[in-house]
Amino acid sequence: MTAFTRRDFLKVAAVGGGLVLTISLPGCKPKAGSAPAAGPIDPSVFVRINPDNSIVITVAKSEMGQGVRTSLAMLVAEELDADWNQVRVEQASFDPKYGEMGTGGSSSVLSNWKPMREAGAALRSLLVAAAAKEWGVDPKDCQTENSFVTHAVSGRRIHFGAVAEKAAALPLPKTVVLKPKADWKLLGKDRVSIISADVIHGKAVYGLDVKVPGMLYAAIERTPTFGGRVKSVDSAKALAVPGVKQVVEIPALADGINIHAGVAVVATNTWAALQGRRLLVVDWDQGPRAAESTESYQEFMTAAVARTGDETVNKQGDPDGILAKATQVFSQTFETPFLSHATMEPMNCTASVTGDQVEVWSPTQFPDWGAQALAAALKTDIKNVRVHVTLMGGGFGRRINPDFTVEAALLSQRIKQPVKVVWTREDDLTHDFYRPCSTHRIEASLGADGLPEAWRHRISTPSIDVFYGPKPAPGWGPNESDGSANMSYRIPNRSCEYTLLESGVPRGWWRAVSTTHGMFAVESMIDEIAEAAGKDPYEYRLGLIDKVWWQQPADSKTFPFNPERLKGVLQTAAAKAGWGRQLPPGHGRGISCGFDHLGYAAEVFEVSVIAGRLRIHRVVVAADSGPVLNPNGARSQLEGGVIQGLSAAIKERITITGGAVTQRNFDTYSMLRINEAPAVIEVYFVETDTHPTGFGEPAVPPVAAGLANAIYRATGTRVRTLPLGLRMA
Amino acid sequence: MVVRVTVNGRAEVLDLDARTTLLAALRDQLRLTGTKEGCDRGECGACTVLLDGRPALACLVLAAATDGRAVTTIEGLAGAGGALHPVQQAFVDHDALQCGFCTPGQIMSAVACIEAGKASTDASIREWMSGNLCRCAAYPQIRAAIAAAADRR
Repeated sequence: MTAFTRRDFLKVAAVGGGLVLTISLPGCKPKAGSAPAAGPIDPSVFVRINPDNSIVITVAKSEMGQGVRTSLAMLVAEELDADWNQVRVEQASFDPKYGEMGTGGSSSVLSNWKPMREAGAALRSLLVAAAAKEWGVDPKDCQTENSFVTHAVSGRRIHFGAVAEKAAALPLPKTVVLKPKADWKLLGKDRVSIISADVIHGKAVYGLDVKVPGMLYAAIERTPTFGGRVKSVDSAKALAVPGVKQVVEIPALADGINIHAGVAVVATNTWAALQGRRLLVVDWDQGPRAAESTESYQEFMTAAVARTGDETVNKQGDPDGILAKATQVFSQTFETPFLSHATMEPMNCTASVTGDQVEVWSPTQFPDWGAQALAAALKTDIKNVRVHVTLMGGGFGRRINPDFTVEAALLSQRIKQPVKVVWTREDDLTHDFYRPCSTHRIEASLGADGLPEAWRHRISTPSIDVFYGPKPAPGWGPNESDGSANMSYRIPNRSCEYTLLESGVPRGWWRAVSTTHGMFAVESMIDEIAEAAGKDPYEYRLGLIDKVWWQQPADSKTFPFNPERLKGVLQTAAAKAGWGRQLPPGHGRGISCGFDHLGYAAEVFEVSVIAGRLRIHRVVVAADSGPVLNPNGARSQLEGGVIQGLSAAIKERITITGGAVTQRNFDTYSMLRINEAPAVIEVYFVETDTHPTGFGEPAVPPVAAGLANAIYRATGTRVRTLPLGLRMA
Repeated sequence: MVVRVTVNGRAEVLDLDARTTLLAALRDQLRLTGTKEGCDRGECGACTVLLDGRPALACLVLAAATDGRAVTTIEGLAGAGGALHPVQQAFVDHDALQCGFCTPGQIMSAVACIEAGKASTDASIREWMSGNLCRCAAYPQIRAAIAAAADRR
């Protein structure tokens, strides 16, 4: 029996002949009187059983394609023994009672695994008790299946919907028993995304599809240079466009929100707003960052990694002394560019501000940060702020930021009308929060046994953290060196140093964050020294994984790094890929592995480069994020992660010219297309019996190095600068 | 100007500026928001519709050019009584979507791909569908869904 620990946070009540169960997540105190009263249905309930037998599960995490509405609903439905065909999902609007609503860091399953199953189990126990009472039998003799309570001995059965109201009057159980994995009926089996039924008819409502009464439309011309200001605007021609109502200046707002100075054209429709915007004549003060460029950043970072870093992230043993005395030092520099999230749905938000009341419809990953930022920027109490979360056409971290939400609300406040701010693709690409560019330099020496003896890793990036409010230096290094400082190979003398690049380019969290560049450097370098040692790169890695070898940054206390799991995925990937088996001439195989967002992944790439054209023949992925709740969804996340990682490694690059982004649309910010994606991606799960974590991110960081290592085996040329820029066959 | 166009089998009379794109007319005037806008310059394929049965990028077609013609959008693909088009069914069965934003465009391109007889091999599916970006990269499932829908015909 599993002790039911959150009894105090559960509330149950009868509503409209059905039953609602609310549960508060850990870290969130239930408010007095938060139990829903009979009458109007509280939109914030987690689970509602209606008299018509439908079951509505509220999901307080944002759906952006990662399948969270499906996987979280499955957790409840499994323990409830619900008929999946009668389960519907409602998206929660912002409410402090949900606790953490922010969706990112592959954390949704991690944080909901226990409470959502407990909610389902508690509800099931109430329904059983109500049916047993009605039948005058012992609840222990009752079973549940497909939304029915049954009593095998008497052959009686009753639908959940028919006992829901009676169940609501019963006291909640003190303990619940959660099913062992062997008893799972829904979990662990393939389910298709619960949003697909709406999507395939074009009925799914994304932020861009929202319409509210009296709404106007706006397009905003933002400063091309980061940190620029409006000197003057001539809006006469814009105002002459039929449908254009107003031209409004948007002042810059930093405060960690980062709204760019701009000029909004407000109109009765999007088309008029865009026409008007094209006719604006804006004289910009380019601001203090206009001299910055990719070249100036590169020059700084190259120099920074050639000297001792400003910040020591960690140092163990005596790497400097050993490297100084070594007869041979292997030294390589790895470079990665800024990346854009490039979600298919550009940023947008609809806002309605009346007096101190703020209401927004936003495709946001973080409605809670959004609400706080709205309250601060519009100078109102957070109690007056309503954030409705729409479906979103991709997130990948971009929609963590509240900039687009607050910007729309500030405009609505100014024009005193509801307004939808629409970003064009050009706006989206040129005003993103970019994955930082980076330069890594790794110096290593080998012992007599060919194993690494010393490893000094120097990194320079424009830090993400510092963009959101400077911490006292040092302090930026640990997050920027995720995947670098905590690389897990057995190297007794090691250090990681960090130097901040000052930059005006907004930085943010791009799927898997810092490991996307750190692991490229580490997994490329380990491949190079394996070769220098005359060892097989797979065997070499495997032999260097045995315990936690880094001391700083501190390992997670709740989910410490487990070397056996990393070995497990590495061995699985190698075995499934047929590592060591001969390949056709011109083909090469590369391997890479790592630990990211509590998940373990290893990947093997098989490529050829013929007449300068790259073809990816096969990718094998082995991943361990614990038990797999929805294999279909997990597979999609791993495959999508691999392809997005390949897209970045092969093609994607944001460059800065004169303090502004150079790329404007998909013609210059090119992404991998279906005809270029690998012909075969095989996914293998290594399901360690532990607390499940997420699959959204861990497959991304090993990709670049695995690909580069494969290209080396095929061509003899090492790739150390991304993107490769190779054309696809 | 006035444009008479049949959209999903329904005669529509649109009064619009001559420079309005078909995409803007569908989304803003007819409130058919299933057709998505991803780039507004024909790079991403999210706005793909059928124009007289052939695939067209609604962001590059002027609404005026559709006068007297027939447009099918994702909302008009299902048959009478809501019976799913085989491609819609295949996209569900194969879970050929993640965020779903590019999906209406993918489905319309896939319908045209099969109609044009270009879905017989994986290579020809990949080639035909290369105009439709999917940032979530549901590409493996999209290929499988189209192949399955083509087989069913």
